[in-house]
Amino acid sequence: MKTETITQANGSKPAGPKPWYDPRVRSIFFQIVAIALVFWGGWTLVDNTLSNMESRGISTGFGFLEESAGFGIIMSLVPYDATMSYGRTFLVGLTNTLLVSAMGVVAATILGFIIGVARLSSNWLVAKLALVYVEVIRNIPLLLQIFFWYFAVLAALPSPRQSVEVGGSAFLNNRGLYVPDPVTQDGFGLVWGAIAVAIAAVIGLRIWAKKRQLATGKIFPTFKVGVSILVLLPVLAYFVAGSPLEWDVPALKGFNFRGGITIIPELAALWLALSLYTASFIAEIVRSGILSVSKGQTEASKALGLPNSLTLRLVVIPQAMRVIIPPLTSQYLNLVKNSSLATAIGYPDLVAVFMGTTLNQTGQAVEVVAITMAVYLTISLLISLFMNIYNRAVAIKER
Amino acid sequence: MTESTMKPPKKTLGPVAWMREHLFSSWYNTLLTLLIGYVLVTSLGPLLSWLFFDANFAGTGPESCTGAGACWVFVSERLNFFIYGFYPDDQQWRVDVMFILLAVAFVPQFIEGFPGRKWLGIFGMTGLPLIGYFLIPGGSFGLEEVPSTKWGGLMLTLILAYIGILASLPIGTLLALGRRSDMPIIRGLCVVFIEVWRAVPLITVLFMASVMLPLFLPEGVNFEKLSRALIGITLWQSAYMAEVIRGGLQAIPRGQYEAADALGLGYWKKMGLVILPQALKLVIPGIVNTFISLFKDTTLVLIIGLFDVLGAVQSTITDPAWQNVASEGYVFVAFCFWVFCFGMSRYSQNLERKLDTGHKT
Repeated sequence: MKTETITQANGSKPAGPKPWYDPRVRSIFFQIVAIALVFWGGWTLVDNTLSNMESRGISTGFGFLEESAGFGIIMSLVPYDATMSYGRTFLVGLTNTLLVSAMGVVAATILGFIIGVARLSSNWLVAKLALVYVEVIRNIPLLLQIFFWYFAVLAALPSPRQSVEVGGSAFLNNRGLYVPDPVTQDGFGLVWGAIAVAIAAVIGLRIWAKKRQLATGKIFPTFKVGVSILVLLPVLAYFVAGSPLEWDVPALKGFNFRGGITIIPELAALWLALSLYTASFIAEIVRSGILSVSKGQTEASKALGLPNSLTLRLVVIPQAMRVIIPPLTSQYLNLVKNSSLATAIGYPDLVAVFMGTTLNQTGQAVEVVAITMAVYLTISLLISLFMNIYNRAVAIKER
Repeated sequence: MTESTMKPPKKTLGPVAWMREHLFSSWYNTLLTLLIGYVLVTSLGPLLSWLFFDANFAGTGPESCTGAGACWVFVSERLNFFIYGFYPDDQQWRVDVMFILLAVAFVPQFIEGFPGRKWLGIFGMTGLPLIGYFLIPGGSFGLEEVPSTKWGGLMLTLILAYIGILASLPIGTLLALGRRSDMPIIRGLCVVFIEVWRAVPLITVLFMASVMLPLFLPEGVNFEKLSRALIGITLWQSAYMAEVIRGGLQAIPRGQYEAADALGLGYWKKMGLVILPQALKLVIPGIVNTFISLFKDTTLVLIIGLFDVLGAVQSTITDPAWQNVASEGYVFVAFCFWVFCFGMSRYSQNLERKLDTGHKT
């Protein structure tokens, strides 16, 4: 110590720490080691994989996507038959995954919000019923619930000949739910145009009403007028164009129904289970969100003379949404990921079609798994992105 | 008005007043109560009689199920398979020993002030897996070897969940520390690892573990199916664990980090002695919640052909000798999972209430 002080006093440089005690040198060293380890690990994996695939005679590359698939798929939103390529099976699987995810997100959100509000109901019976629902559903594995709906409930429905009839045009049996399919005729373009005009008109109305309220303080019933425009204009256009819509009603031919839209039991079971399961989580999120708004806020709004409906819409919900959005996002992500359980009951989603049948037929595990994972990664990132944008819009505005 | 001010007790106290306030406070609440009451009464009756009154409990085979209700004989007949899988009958005491040790180590954690519960918990995390490692597969100490292909049922479910959580805790802690590190490359690697695993469904991970892992490994090295599933589950779970623990690390005030620095502690001493003990304690509820979801997710292994408790039930309900026992089987499995998950979620809720100091930011 003493010598050091002396040398410093003499005007020479202070002796820094030894290089292996210097945090900066250490950090660079560790990072180089980490990169080296990752590269070495990655290289070993690739090397092993290539030599393994060579010894097993598995071809590489994405050429298989062009080859003919040769297997049928029970449900597809895009035209598909067995002569089409593996690339097409990917598209079929992807659209089916997106379909059930979108249906699930909508149903789970609606149901979750209803149950979450019901848990806070002043009616004891309603609150307890919601509590029992949440505690039972969220503590039972999702896969079990899917099995229950598919193997225990939907499989017990009557055969096509003894179908349950709803209004003479919809039929329910163990092969699925058959509903009439609307077929647009010539002149339906007018209705689409009317819908577009109505949406534009409502947006314009909103902007005008807000401006007027800011200027004069008068409130314009935007919601009621907007809804009437949205409903009346297309309906008017529909009749002006001469009702250009026909219904393709399903009919029993031979052993099964033909025509109309078919909702296969696999889709129904998966959709039911996903929505009911996720709704139980969303309900808890909604409840905690509403509870997080302090009582003083409601009381202050009452003191200002706002009626109950406005208190809810302008004071409670905007503040609750801040708490609700982030966990709600992860529930949506979970729902999309959980839709891959489809493969357990044979609903042709991405994992079942592409990672299942296509992988088994081509044997190109690396490419297929990489594509599938990339798809889920993309979907997850997109949902996070949109929800983050929305979250920024509702987040607290600070100085 | 005057009436109620004259004799308040009758209308503000007692069951009638309670019902007025909680069930019939307004016309729509009354309507709702009556509607729900009607639905409950009409649906609970048949449900209860299916579950209990019309059900068959005692018997030896499918012929004992004569009632209109549930056939619980099916569950009791196959209970051994549902719990132990194909584990040989004369060796099942080994599994029982593990069940008892597991209960001894972890049930006291739910009881406030149980003597030595901390040491029991530490035993459950260290000694117990070691004993299990020798006891369950056997092959040493004169125990008969039981290959993992014979494991199944509830026992397999517990093994998967227990090892998954135990292995993912240290890996998750390291990942969380890495994500909070000052070194950009280490941080980047951890972020990529965590986000990729969290973005993909467990099914694809299990598929990958069972299809691709053999391709990744050098010639001649291979694991059996259970280990491959466990590797997949552990990696996937550690990403979730890392995010839970990161939450705890972020909740520790800056002053704690700076105080540790001021004391001259190095990185590992700072983390190990000051930060992690506080952070991990904070996130115990989160860890328990992660465990609950992992516990439910272990059912997915049936898709790659392992017989966990749901897989065991699923494979027996198709037995043509028993007719339509799907509901009974599912109710049994649902009950098993519900008891575990509900208990644990209650535990984590209590803990959360206890740890909530009221000054969260």
